[in-house]
Amino acid sequence: MELLIEIVISFFLVIAGVFGFVGSFGMLKLRNTMQRLHAPTKATTLGVGGALIASMLYFALVKESLSFHELLITIFLFLTAPVSAHFIAKTYIQGREKEEDLPATERPYGWAVFDDSPSHPEDDGPQY
Amino acid sequence: MMKRLLPHPLYSLTLVVVWLMLVNKITVGNLLLGAILGMVVPAITAPYWPGHPHVRSPLRVLEYIAVVVWDIIVANFHVAGIILFKKNKDIQSKWVTVPLDLTSPEAITILAGTITMTPGTVSSMLSADGGSILVHCLDCEDTDAVRDEIKYRYERRLKEIF
Repeated sequence: MELLIEIVISFFLVIAGVFGFVGSFGMLKLRNTMQRLHAPTKATTLGVGGALIASMLYFALVKESLSFHELLITIFLFLTAPVSAHFIAKTYIQGREKEEDLPATERPYGWAVFDDSPSHPEDDGPQY
Repeated sequence: MMKRLLPHPLYSLTLVVVWLMLVNKITVGNLLLGAILGMVVPAITAPYWPGHPHVRSPLRVLEYIAVVVWDIIVANFHVAGIILFKKNKDIQSKWVTVPLDLTSPEAITILAGTITMTPGTVSSMLSADGGSILVHCLDCEDTDAVRDEIKYRYERRLKEIF
């Protein structure tokens, strides 16, 4: 039984290592900023996720104490990764992309970096 | 009165649960401290969050989370495959415009986050009126297919939740 637990935990650790490596390798290999953005936002998610699952299993099965910290780290990671990716993408577009090169918004307004937003009624206070 | 005290009840509950998970020990003192945090933080931040999103069906939320987690796992293998085995010149990166039917800011935020976490796509920008999302696709041939999948798989489910 102990052997089985160790094998499962090692499996998740190996998965974590492989995906962490692929994420970092992608940063080196891909050609431009937007492409490189894909590598850390995804490959690393499973990389970190695998390490966290392994840690959770270790504490639950070997140390026999439940630990919720890993779950919290996962949640924070899922909240922060898209936000920072969005920031990086916007900064990149602001600095390096031309408005003509982007597809149309299919809307009366342009993309947020290039066009002012209409004034929203909710900007003046709650009135939903 | 209740609204003044707890502008976002679900938010307060989340804060209490997160606090308990953070200290990793359930005692009366921790519960009390969590409850205080759960009341003070939403009250202070309420001016920045005037709206009141309603979650219509909690079961759908679970279904959505399950779909997204599964897609994230698939996305990881997919992107790892592209990084490791595809030549740089064969990778076709494209911009995709996804027009939105969703209007609530919370729903759009979740959709944008989901797009970033799932197969080969990163949400990069909103249009100025918040009516469409600019998505960067790492490797795709058919931009319409990507758009339709996002709309069908995620936006349809989010519309049922909000």
